[in-house]
Amino acid sequence: MSRARNSALLSREQAVARLRDMLRIRRLEETCMELYSAGKIRGFLHLYIGEEAVAVGALRALTADDAVVATYREHGHALVRGVSMGAIMAEMFGKMEGCSRGRGGSMHLFDAATRFYGGNAIVGGGLPLAVGLALADKMQGRTRVTACFFGEGAVAEGEFHECMNLAALWNLPVLFCCENNLYAMGTALARSESETDLALKAASFAMPAWPVDGMDVVAVEDAAMRAALAVRAGGGPCFLEFRTYRFRPHSAFDPELYRSKQEVEEWKQRDPIATFTARLREQNLVDDGALAILEGEVAREIEAATAFAEAGHLEPVEDLTRFVYSERKKDGRSP
Amino acid sequence: MSGAPIRLTYREAMRAALREALQRDPRVFLMGEDVGRYGGCYAVSKGLLEEFGAERVRDTPLSESAFVGAGIGAALGGMRPIVEIMTVNFSLLALDQIVNNAATILHMSGGQFSIPLVIRMTTGAGRQLAAQHSHSFEGWYAHIPGIKVLTPATLEDARGMLWSALEDPDPVLIFEHGALYNMEGEIAAVAGAVDIASAAVRRGGSDVSLITYGGTLWKTLQAAEELAGAGISAEVVDLRVLRPLDTPTLLASVERTHRAVIIDEGWRSGGIAAEISARITEGVFYSLDAPVARVCSAEVPMPYAKHLEEAALPQVPAIVAAARNLVTGRG
Repeated sequence: MSRARNSALLSREQAVARLRDMLRIRRLEETCMELYSAGKIRGFLHLYIGEEAVAVGALRALTADDAVVATYREHGHALVRGVSMGAIMAEMFGKMEGCSRGRGGSMHLFDAATRFYGGNAIVGGGLPLAVGLALADKMQGRTRVTACFFGEGAVAEGEFHECMNLAALWNLPVLFCCENNLYAMGTALARSESETDLALKAASFAMPAWPVDGMDVVAVEDAAMRAALAVRAGGGPCFLEFRTYRFRPHSAFDPELYRSKQEVEEWKQRDPIATFTARLREQNLVDDGALAILEGEVAREIEAATAFAEAGHLEPVEDLTRFVYSERKKDGRSP
Repeated sequence: MSGAPIRLTYREAMRAALREALQRDPRVFLMGEDVGRYGGCYAVSKGLLEEFGAERVRDTPLSESAFVGAGIGAALGGMRPIVEIMTVNFSLLALDQIVNNAATILHMSGGQFSIPLVIRMTTGAGRQLAAQHSHSFEGWYAHIPGIKVLTPATLEDARGMLWSALEDPDPVLIFEHGALYNMEGEIAAVAGAVDIASAAVRRGGSDVSLITYGGTLWKTLQAAEELAGAGISAEVVDLRVLRPLDTPTLLASVERTHRAVIIDEGWRSGGIAAEISARITEGVFYSLDAPVARVCSAEVPMPYAKHLEEAALPQVPAIVAAARNLVTGRG
């Protein structure tokens, strides 16, 4: 099963695909930060930079039929899941062409076509949704997986414990993907948890759980493939703790008083894109020319997405109160 | 099948509605604490586990946030869940899921994801259950756009509202008043679904509108009867639905009677009675012959002792006095 146990087994095409997705997230978010400074994007903007290997690796374990529940740091997940960069950018611009019609913004990307259920900005609040989506699949006899992403901060919430218990008790097909970037906003894991081994905590709910190097896209993919296979086979939920690190501040407003520059620099030595690129170079899977082509492709995609967002339309204010309740068709039935 | 009336309790009417929903739609299932083996903490779901099995009558751990949120997720996944919360006070443990997810996801997703979820819970006082099992938070919930709030007070509504709620594409909360479960009466054997959009005039009158809902409907009807004995013709409006409020029916009644008393088991400050009062003054101020009056619960956590609990709740004499004061001008 393990089609990607180490990068030595990746073909050139497979390797470049993974690198491309990580680069798409990184460059998109760098552009978002510039657009934020320029006032084009407002509200909260939580960047995923540094953590790209988790979304890129883990989402490769899913099929189109599976579901994804994510957090407010979800640009990368939405993008890799297949939401177009234009629709993501337009959403951040608050335009109708955005994937949530400009009603959600950066923290609330949704997309029915790719079964992407947000975009949840209450820490831990997405876990019950994932449990319910999985329950619906189980009750309807479908063999789909629901992948639920959340940060290690969610582990302190009561909902985490309730949901881990319920998913295990009812043997539900949930893949719990904990993105442990060590800080719940500014609160270090060791300052908020009596037991900092999160896989150990999860294992106490009688489900398979193990830590994974979240800075290594191949390790992430390998772990997610194994876990998703078990979940899909009816083995109940799995918990993966992806050990990763956020290179940027929590949001655009964070002065980063809670961690040292040195610590950030040390983690940057493990940059998932730089380290993966170096490995691919060693294996002669990419060279300067290939990288330049890749960067060029990504830059053009971002340029097109930004132009799409700029050209998008603002929803008429008369439509302000739409989508509070479902709109019924003329025959009285709901759509 | 005949239309002859049958005799049953409010509890049995609820159970009949649940049974019928489970029979009609394979996507419907019931989940909550002790809904299965125990038979429901108020025995509403008694017998349903045996009839429909543990998959569809699903006991949950004591995890309100998880199982209410799982109801939301299951609704997103194509099911038609009915989630039972034992009592309104416990629903506060799931408030995040109700307010931040159920009420928002349709809007936040730009109309992509609707949530056809029904949440049932017991509300209200009158059973000496003190300050953590007796409150009336339905007015609070009515503050939230994105959900609908139903308060069945009659046997017809107890039996008919559930199916209408399940057919609704959006989250619907049903508040069942605990003091009504043993209420017995006759309804048509084939009584069907009822609308969940309008208020109902339960008794016609011309001197004063008594506007209420849920558990206090019956006290209010009793007060109207006493007022009739004193020569005052009171109209009784049962709100039935607290969100969206059927404002036209309310205003039409007050336009007929020119006086309004609102009876609400919730607290007065910031409650649904205040909202109704505001709508009356906004809508038909110049029809009023007297200020709008309110009879609400005393602003204390519900006490245990019987005499104190009774004193805290809206009672018939207070409703009668409020109406008399408006009509005789001694308010």
